[in-house]
Formats: sequence, C-alpha cells, structure tokens
Amino acid sequence: MHLPDGDGEVKSPPESMATAPKVGVYVCHCGLNIAGKVDVERLVEFASTLPDVAVARDYRFMCSDPGQELIQQDIRDGLVNRVVVASCSPLMHEATFRGATAAGGLSPFLFQMASIREHVSWVTADGEEATEKAEALIAGAVRRVALHEDLERRQAPVLPDVLVVGGGIAGIHAALTMAEAGKRVYLVERESTIGGHMAKFDKTFPTLDCSACILTPKMSAVRSNPNITLWTYSDVVGVEGFTGNFTVRVRHRPRYVREDLCTGCLACIDACINKKAKVRDEWNEGLGKRKPIYIPFPQATPPVVVVDPDECIWFKTGKCPRTCVDACERDAFDFEQREEFDEVKVGAIVLATGFKTFDASRIFEYGYGRYPNVYTSPEVERLLNAAGPTQGEIEMRDGGRPKTVGIIHCVGSRDVKYNSYCSRVCCMYSLKLAHLIRERSGAEVYNFYIDMRAPGKGYEEFYWKLLQEGTHFIRGRVAEVTDEAMSKEEEGRLVIRAEDTLIGFVRRVPVDMVVLAVGLEPQSDAEQVRRLFNISCGGEGFFTERHPKLAPVSTFTDGIFLAGACQGPKDIPDSVAQAGAAAAEVLAMVDRGAVELEASTAFVDAAACSGCRTCVALCPFGAITYDAERKVAAVNEVVCKGCGICVGACPSGAAQQHLFTDQQILSEIEGVLQYV
Amino acid sequence: MSEAVDETFEPRIVAFFCNWCTYTAADLAGICRMTYAPNVRVVRLMCSGRVDPQFVLAAFRDGADGVLIGGCHPGDCHYQQGNFHALRRVALLRPMLRDMGIEEGRLRIEWISAAEGDKVQRVCNEMTEQVRMLGPLRLAPAPGSQNDAVLVEVTEGLVEQEVP
Repeated sequence: MHLPDGDGEVKSPPESMATAPKVGVYVCHCGLNIAGKVDVERLVEFASTLPDVAVARDYRFMCSDPGQELIQQDIRDGLVNRVVVASCSPLMHEATFRGATAAGGLSPFLFQMASIREHVSWVTADGEEATEKAEALIAGAVRRVALHEDLERRQAPVLPDVLVVGGGIAGIHAALTMAEAGKRVYLVERESTIGGHMAKFDKTFPTLDCSACILTPKMSAVRSNPNITLWTYSDVVGVEGFTGNFTVRVRHRPRYVREDLCTGCLACIDACINKKAKVRDEWNEGLGKRKPIYIPFPQATPPVVVVDPDECIWFKTGKCPRTCVDACERDAFDFEQREEFDEVKVGAIVLATGFKTFDASRIFEYGYGRYPNVYTSPEVERLLNAAGPTQGEIEMRDGGRPKTVGIIHCVGSRDVKYNSYCSRVCCMYSLKLAHLIRERSGAEVYNFYIDMRAPGKGYEEFYWKLLQEGTHFIRGRVAEVTDEAMSKEEEGRLVIRAEDTLIGFVRRVPVDMVVLAVGLEPQSDAEQVRRLFNISCGGEGFFTERHPKLAPVSTFTDGIFLAGACQGPKDIPDSVAQAGAAAAEVLAMVDRGAVELEASTAFVDAAACSGCRTCVALCPFGAITYDAERKVAAVNEVVCKGCGICVGACPSGAAQQHLFTDQQILSEIEGVLQYV
Repeated sequence: MSEAVDETFEPRIVAFFCNWCTYTAADLAGICRMTYAPNVRVVRLMCSGRVDPQFVLAAFRDGADGVLIGGCHPGDCHYQQGNFHALRRVALLRPMLRDMGIEEGRLRIEWISAAEGDKVQRVCNEMTEQVRMLGPLRLAPAPGSQNDAVLVEVTEGLVEQEVP
C-alpha cells in the first residue's frame, strides 16, 4: 500500500500532460434510448468545434466491445490523450469506460463522462431542447477533462473476517456459507436466540415443510461451526472505517446467566419461585405466558436461559430465595452481570436485519384489539405451531374452536393509506394458513383477496390445491369487520363485509375467527441502523441496494452487503438466495485481498497553505493533521474519503481534491454555460 | 422588474449535485422517465460540502441565471456533515449575492435523497419557473468593458473635484 507523505508536493506532470490535450468525444446512441430523443449527429458536429477536441464519433452502443474498441484504437493511434464518453450515468458505466481508456494505454483518470441519457434523453420532452442540454453537458466534460491528471491508484488490504448482523434465515445462511469457505464470521443477533421469524412458523409454503425441521439443523450448524462467533442478545453500536477495514463495536446485553456455563437443562425455570408463568410471552405474540426466567423456545440457539430483570423478583425487590440459583448445577447465574463490549475488525459486513409485521390495530375497521377473535397472521402461526401456546390447536382467546374462519389479505399492503407496495408473501402464507386451519380444525375458510399473487416455483400449484380442497376465495377488499348482527345467523359472530367484485355485490360473511394477513415493513429501527452503517433507505424504509437488477445485494457503501427482507419483502427461498449471493460477493472481495481506494482524495499544496487550520477542524474523518513545525496542513490520503469539504472551505486554495480540483470544476461550469 | 416577462426567455441553471443522494436521485428520475424542464445543467460533486462559494459566483459570472445545490437530507450525508457545511456557506453567501444585485430566488439549496427522483423533477421545474419569472441575470459589466471606461472617467472627475 502506498502511504503518501502528505506534504502535497507538486509532482512533475506525467508524460501525457506534457503534450497538449487531444480530447476524443464518443457519443453513444444507446440504441434509441439517447438517439431517439437527441440528435446524435448534431452532438458530434458540435463536439468537434469545442476547444482541444481532436476526434468526435458516435456509435450505437459505446459500452459494447466494438464501442470500447473505437476509443482504444484512437488512443493507440495517438489521436487522443483524453476521453469523454457521452452516454449513460457515470454511476452506471464510469468503471467500464475508465477500463476502456486504460486498455487503450491511457491513465483511466484522463476520462470524463457526460450523462446524456439519465439526465437528458430520458427526462426531456422536446428533442431540440434535449440536444441543446446534451451539448452543454458535453462541453462541460470536454473543458474539464483537459485538466485531468494521471493519479496513483492506491490499494488497501481487505481484512479477512466478516460481520453478519441479524440471525434470521438470511443471516444464518450467509454466515454458514462464508464460514464453510474458511472465513471467520461474527454473527450478531439482538434476540436471545437466532432463528428469526422462520423459527416461529409451523410449516412453510408451498411444500408444507416443517419449518423447525429445516431451520434448526442450520441453527445448530451455526453454533457448532468453529469459524462462527455467535453473539446473541447483542447489538452493533458503532461502525468505523471503510471497505475492507471496518472496526465494529458490539454491545452484549446481560442475560444474568453465563453463556459458557449454562447447558440449557432448564431446571432453573422449573425451580423459579413463580410457580405460574405470568409474563407476556413475546415469542408467542402474547398468546402465552412465560416466567421471569425463560428460554424463547425449546430449540433456542444458544440454549441459554435469560433472566428478565423487569419481572424477576430478585431484581425488583432484592428479596427472593433464588431457588433458580440453587437448582443450577453449573453455577451459571451471575446477577452482577453488566453490559459488555467487544470490538472486532472485519473486511466486510452483511446486513440481514429482517422486517417487522404491520401493526394491524392501525386499521380500525378490521377490529384488531377490539374483537378478541380477530388475530394477526403471526399470532395464528404460533397457534398452529406444535410448540406454541396451544400445542398446535386452533383455540381462540375465548377458548372456543372456530367453525368458520375468514382470512383478510393485503392488511397494510397495497393500500395508499398504509403501504402502497405488495408485501409479496401474504398471499402464499394466507394459503398456507388456510390449509393448516382446515386440516387442524375442519373449519370452513374464506380468503378475501384483491389479486392472488403466486409467482414462485410451485406457488400457483399450491393455490390450485387450495381451490380443490374447497377453501373459499372472495375477490374484493374487505370494508370492515363488525360484531353488529343483521340476521340470526350473524348473532354472536364476527361479520366480514366486502364487495365481491366477481359477482358484483356486497357480501356479509359471518365467521368465528378473523385472520389479518399483515404485510411486511422495515424494522422500526431501520433508520438508526441505516445511519450506523451509512447506507440508504428507499421511501418505504427498506435498505436500498446499489442497483435493483445488477447489484441487488450491494449497497452504495462499499463493503456492506444486504441479505433478506431488510432490503424489501421476501419469502424464505428468496432470502436464502440473496444471502448466498451476499456471501459470494463478500468472498470475492475478501479473497481478492485488496480494495482500490477512493481516487478523489484531498491534498494540500504546502507552498500555498497559510496554516490557518480551517480544514483540520472540518474533516469528519480526522484525516488532516497540522504540521506545527512547517506550519502547514497535510492530508492522510488513506483516511481521506474524498468528500472535498476541506477543499470547499480552504481560503487560500491550497487544499485541492483529485478529480475535483477548483480548476476542473470551474472549467466544467464554464463549459456547461458558455458553448450553448 | 419594470419590463414585462420575456416569454421566450429560457433560464440557464447550474446545479451542483452530490454523488450519493441528489445525483443518484436525478438518475432515478431518468430511469423512471420523469420529464422535467431542460434548463438545469448538473455538475457532479462527491458532496455538497465541496461547493465552494466561488463556484456559485463563477456560475453567475459565466452566464447562469440560477444556481441549485442538491445534497443529502440532514443526518444522511455520506460524509456525515458535508450538507451542513453547504447550508452554512449558502447562508453566508446570500447577503453577498444580495449586495451584488442577485435576487435571492436565483440560489436554492435542496435536500434530495437517492429515492426522491420525483423531488428532482419538482425542484428543477419550480426553480426553472422561478428564475424565468426573475428574468435574465444582468450583472454589472466586467472590468475592461465600455461601461467600465465610463465609470473610470466619472470617478476620476470626482477625485479631481474633491482634491483640488
């Protein structure tokens, strides 16, 4: 790795600078994406009139091999020593064309792009106006590229270890894949067990695999894999550094039981002075009770009990015979436990922080929280689970068994009042719940749907299976759930009122139990997590991928990858597939061993620096130091992230930014204004 | 403005967009084919914190009728706080522009996240209309021009009168 001396000495210009700039302008048609709106021939004519332009050409697809070859040939023929490509956004193809420039034998930094697709042809109604705007952008690029310089390409080593945040199925799969490739993986989960939402399900669609049967072996594999350090009941509280070189601070919350000693025999739970479980059991969506000392479910991983200090008599009063401690043969209790912190250095991070479900009480008309027999789908998942509060029996809050059940689809989804997006999984899990409810209780099941969305492998077949089984499907959004009876049949029951759009009138369907198929939403702290890791969220709050199609697991922050529903609603197969993809991206990056550092770093021209130290205080990354002896500032280019905040503030113009020097930007400003 | 609004006047606006939020949002607007006024010419910077006040002045000098700065929302800056620095610089620049006779509406700063392609469309349209209403920017002539010579003559005359 090159460590700059930081004194910003002005180096003698490289050979390419010694000769006068000869700019080649290459205008891309992008099929009809650009040429359909912009007069490409006129752009070429215009470009050839600009100062320093030696060659101007157009081609149907500049990014294609023959297109890139055009550039390379002109460089090899000595016709050009600067390259401007007017095509799509630099965020799309800058790397491609820098590569082509380098392949031709020039420095890749002697290149500039003009975005005449995203910023012109796609957003301008009038062809004449579009052509004019494209001309202006090309002139800006031509003026600026004449001042470009060769830059040293610096690399930083990539640390081999990896952090995975979130221990649901996506995080588990990513962690296992990378651990099996020999990487050390730190898996951080904030709950006391890994497993996530999938661990709460009884069956999975469309195959009706037993969820625990396919998940728990993977959970055990995480625990037994020597390459995985599993930290549950922990959260990430600090992230510093950059791609290949992150320092992550992890907080371990006290569970008051030592993880290294507890064997998960659960004798302490039986021995607890509270003979009856009285505390709301979050794992069972509040449908069951637990004790102040508990384990979420039998296969919890790690199988370590947790003490809830808000409910434990010892913590509340300090007076308890502590029968739990006596029952523990391993002396695992530690009531003095405090928060602990660990700091790890990793090269890459996979975020698999998952989702939360829509809060059904927000839709007043559906009666959740008002009528005891209105349930959300996660609650019904627990009712159906053999390890759940009712051992898999459909027993309602009033103790009754339903004869008729209505499932309302799209609760909180596809609704501009709540979330306009489709949550993707609700149709299928509703079918699964319908099947299981029928199977377990023999109840008649009515599905109220807007559209049946079954686009996965075996999904449509599963829908057909349900149709053949005799599950009822009513197409129409439900208006309300009410207990106001209008007939004898409706008395004492819940009535679902909905328009049946296939027969064209409003129906009232009396049922005993209502299931609200709630949609998927970003975690409530997604915003904080996003800030912590310096990535972005879309309008709905899910983390944004770098490119929706071509970089679906990368983020705009290099070295941070996404897996699972934190990026958007996803079912289990898609989450696992994405987790595998994220793991592969990480492995590719870690095994490469080095990452290219930001080229656009700042530097200080020591001769011009007055030593005012304005920049030192401004740098968000502490990359600027002040040399008291020479009375000048110096930038550590390895730490510098290339924002240019210091450059914009430097009163003497001594601080500059590679690829964004004052002169380059001023020339671009002049270019976009003075030629059209 | 005493003159009637020139219907044919097409303002030229230079926009400084940060790479991570606003430039990406402008790309998104393109991908979503959101048509907007063609008057805004974007200069990409890594961060709105890179916007040196002299860039704004240079844009006006070089013929821009308006300048738009786009950065990440507060708290979202890819570099933590560059957008705050941009905001402070704009605040300091405003009185200077006013003194130069450049109307306040010709400089605008906006926070546009990578997901807000529609905001790029709206802001570019609004800014174009606003600057169109203000009319072309007519700065005092540059030094060395004909008017400047007249000015020198007049001031020299004044000097002679005051210091006999």
